[in-house]
Amino acid sequence: MREQAEIKHYHTEAHDFRRRIMIAAGFVVVLFLTLLARFFYVQVLEHDRYFALAESNRISIVPTPPNRGIIFDRNGVVMAHNYSAYTLELTPSKIKNLNDTIDALAQLVEITPANRKHFAKIMAESRNFETLPLRTRLTDEEVARVAANRYRLPGVEVKARLFRQYPQNASASHLIGYIGRINDADLVKLQNDGRYDNYRGTDHIGKVGVEQSFENVLHGTTGAEQVETDAGGHAVRTLSHTNPISGDNLVLTIDSKLQSIVEHAFGNYRGALVALDPKTGGVLAFVSNPGFDPNLFVDGIDSTNWNALNTSADRPLLNRALRGAYPEGSTIKPFMALAGLHYDVRTPNDTIADPGYFMLPNSSHRYRDWKPNGHGSVNMHLSIVQSCDTYYYRLANDLGIDRMHDFLSQFGFGKKTGIDMDGELAGVLPSRAWKAKHSKQPWYPGETVIAGIGQGYNLATPLQLAVATAALANGGLVLKPQLVEAIIDSGTGQRRTIAPQIVTQASITPAQLKVITDAMIDVTRPSGTASVASAGAPYLIAAKTGTAQVVGIRQNEKYNAGKMLATHRDHALFIAFAPADAPKIAIAVLIENGGHGGTVAAPIARAAMDYYLLKKLPKDMPAINPTGDNVNAD
Amino acid sequence: MRIKAWLTKIASHLDYPLLLLLFALMLLSLFLQYSAAGEDTGKLMAHAINMLVAIGIMVIVANIPPQYLIASAVPLYTLGVILLIGVALFGDVVNGSRRWLHVGVTRIQPSEIMKIAMPLMLAWYFHYHEATLKLKDYGIAALLLAIPVVLVAKQPDLGTALLISASGFYVLFFAGLPWRIMLGMGVLAGASMPVLWHFLHDYQRKRVLTLLDPMTDPLGAGYHIIQSTIAIGSGGAFGKGWLNGTQSHLDFLPEHTTDFVFAVFGEEFGLLGNILLLLLYFAIIARGLSIATNAPNLFARLMAGSITMAFFTYAFVNMGMVSGILPVVGVPLPMMSYGGTAMVIVMLGFGILMSVKTHRKLIKS
Repeated sequence: MREQAEIKHYHTEAHDFRRRIMIAAGFVVVLFLTLLARFFYVQVLEHDRYFALAESNRISIVPTPPNRGIIFDRNGVVMAHNYSAYTLELTPSKIKNLNDTIDALAQLVEITPANRKHFAKIMAESRNFETLPLRTRLTDEEVARVAANRYRLPGVEVKARLFRQYPQNASASHLIGYIGRINDADLVKLQNDGRYDNYRGTDHIGKVGVEQSFENVLHGTTGAEQVETDAGGHAVRTLSHTNPISGDNLVLTIDSKLQSIVEHAFGNYRGALVALDPKTGGVLAFVSNPGFDPNLFVDGIDSTNWNALNTSADRPLLNRALRGAYPEGSTIKPFMALAGLHYDVRTPNDTIADPGYFMLPNSSHRYRDWKPNGHGSVNMHLSIVQSCDTYYYRLANDLGIDRMHDFLSQFGFGKKTGIDMDGELAGVLPSRAWKAKHSKQPWYPGETVIAGIGQGYNLATPLQLAVATAALANGGLVLKPQLVEAIIDSGTGQRRTIAPQIVTQASITPAQLKVITDAMIDVTRPSGTASVASAGAPYLIAAKTGTAQVVGIRQNEKYNAGKMLATHRDHALFIAFAPADAPKIAIAVLIENGGHGGTVAAPIARAAMDYYLLKKLPKDMPAINPTGDNVNAD
Repeated sequence: MRIKAWLTKIASHLDYPLLLLLFALMLLSLFLQYSAAGEDTGKLMAHAINMLVAIGIMVIVANIPPQYLIASAVPLYTLGVILLIGVALFGDVVNGSRRWLHVGVTRIQPSEIMKIAMPLMLAWYFHYHEATLKLKDYGIAALLLAIPVVLVAKQPDLGTALLISASGFYVLFFAGLPWRIMLGMGVLAGASMPVLWHFLHDYQRKRVLTLLDPMTDPLGAGYHIIQSTIAIGSGGAFGKGWLNGTQSHLDFLPEHTTDFVFAVFGEEFGLLGNILLLLLYFAIIARGLSIATNAPNLFARLMAGSITMAFFTYAFVNMGMVSGILPVVGVPLPMMSYGGTAMVIVMLGFGILMSVKTHRKLIKS
């Protein structure tokens, strides 16, 4: 019995166990069916969605930035180019502790505090997930050292990149300008212009000068690579690609050697010179002194250099040729004389008696001539040769401000020249309308008088003066100044020359112009105001000197340069074209606080003309290499 | 001749249907690992060696008569608990968890031992109290279960703690744990959820939350689930083909040779492959449960039943987590994931199954 009970117990227990096994098996089946349902859901019902996700996961479009176009001068000298160099780049989004990583890198390659500061600066400005350079121009040895340690430095890469370089350094800096890293303002602009997509992968953009104004030509078209990437974003293989199209090359109108001769001639003077080809409007030299080294700006200028440039009293960052507006002073006189002829207010032979001052009717105010006792009997010719102020006070009064404005504006005064560079100033050619806009006062006759010698409200940029001078040299034909002579297609090598553009033909006759030109030639001859600087020139120079007052001189005071602050001294001006009988070059020079135009400004123009017309180098000019062989064009 | 007889004797303790199914699984595993490891033959060799070692251990264990297994239960369990205490006191911290213990030159993960020691201990307990089984015995068994589970959970290794408690629970279940108690435990577990939640670590809570909506943290905790679901889903009905999975080969899928290897499988072999794998697992489980049903005594029944169901649990939890219906816990896919320890533990379990299957005559006589 007892045995039987045990057996029975065993049987019920076994029965219960078997039941529980079946329950467990049922449990397994139910849960496996749950899995199956899940698999069916994601692999069949939702397959398309996940398949698309997997594809987009692995395929990414990587932009390939184009090579930026090269900038040459008219003789093929390289002004801006690209060179390939190794850079040490960090991707901050992939690095846990940036400082530790940089410290570790500092053990391998030289990393200066300036590098760190600079990196922190560009990081603050950077777009997300961007790779940023910590140091550029690594040596081969440094590259090897970083490469050997890369495994312990995630987010660190050595990349071969193209860098912009300006082999002429500070020469022509205001003309060439520079590129810099794309900042927020640039981004907004790119987005608004619809150019943003073309700048994916591009870090730099033209900031000033030709680099800026020809950005669209120089940049090129960004290509794209469709690459399969892993989760770390590393490209595994390329599926397809569109090649980038390099930016087109620019051929400038300037002669880089002429440019550097002029820069040298400027020495420590602050000022500007613009030399034009009067037949084409091509800019032969475009100097604003002092300049700066554009190479400093390419990857973000460091604060030391920036402060030095930005706080310098000489204002090296100011493009004086384009954005410096100065009173024309006596350089306005040839144009005033033409106005007198045009409106029949004067004939060449009309003379005035110059007592050394001019007075308006019913006024005791004396508008003084620079020559205290006057020039005596003065006709138009002599008025230009000796720069007689009284002649022009009277002429201005006889013409009236309206006619002066209408006539002079034909030569481009008071309006932008339209040069192919951004940011130009229009200057001021005063008129009743202009004054009404800027002041509540009516126009006073006295203001007309001083406008006659290019003082008062009058302001012009050296570029405007050069354009007006070129018009005198070209029969009154006003051309748009151009910095770029041709664009060379990067793909085909085809050269597209940019044709000269006529702005207007000033209403003057050749006979009238001859009177003026003859007088301007005599300016450079003995008894003329520019005789010293022009002595011995084997070609004819037509010129006009100018001196622009910076501060007003009281009625009973005399101008005494020695007693004045250096920055209150007169600006020296000089305009010229040569050879006067068949002009090839027209020049405007301005020297800030330089005093008399014939003394300091004229010799600089002379150096430019001597080189351009005779290939003659100034005696103190250090040997320079016009072919640009000293350029490290790697 | 003696060697041949000896080999024959050894071979007689193997269960051939089970062995055949395991070999099929291993073959699949070798193909899968070759692809998942990026066609790395070195890694494949290592995987194969792990298999050979695991097979060797299985053969050895299969030849150990159950009475010796019973005898090993208490020492193994005690050792396991001591080691777990050792881990709690002197263990190495890896990835924020204290799981490893240095023993001489090597280091071990005592929680792995518990995966076998736990059912062994409980089966031993019930085997010796079979005749006088009372409700309090379930209580004692629950305590034996709770000690190592708490220690592992504190490491913290919640996944392993759950798996150990599952294997212990299966013993209790097969030993006849009354339904009303199970129901009560279920209610209690449900009620204690909010309290448990309070004790979870932040990363554990995050894992649970990301299961509900992986997109809340696509680059953090949700990343694994998103990428593995994409892998499986993109495989479609027939898969992308062997070696053609992109998610794993391009490193989008983390841990694609270990815990997440199933995503590679699902991507390359599709729903068809998944069904095949489920069938294979189910066949092994069915064979295991059949061995349990026909086992000669309580210990054998409980061990066979618990080991089989633990095997099922590993497979289910892994596939559920990789396909996005369970939270991410560190559970490898049995026989498929790369990793020697897990494979040895699984095959050791099958060794026990074979032992109880083939020694029944010995016990009976």
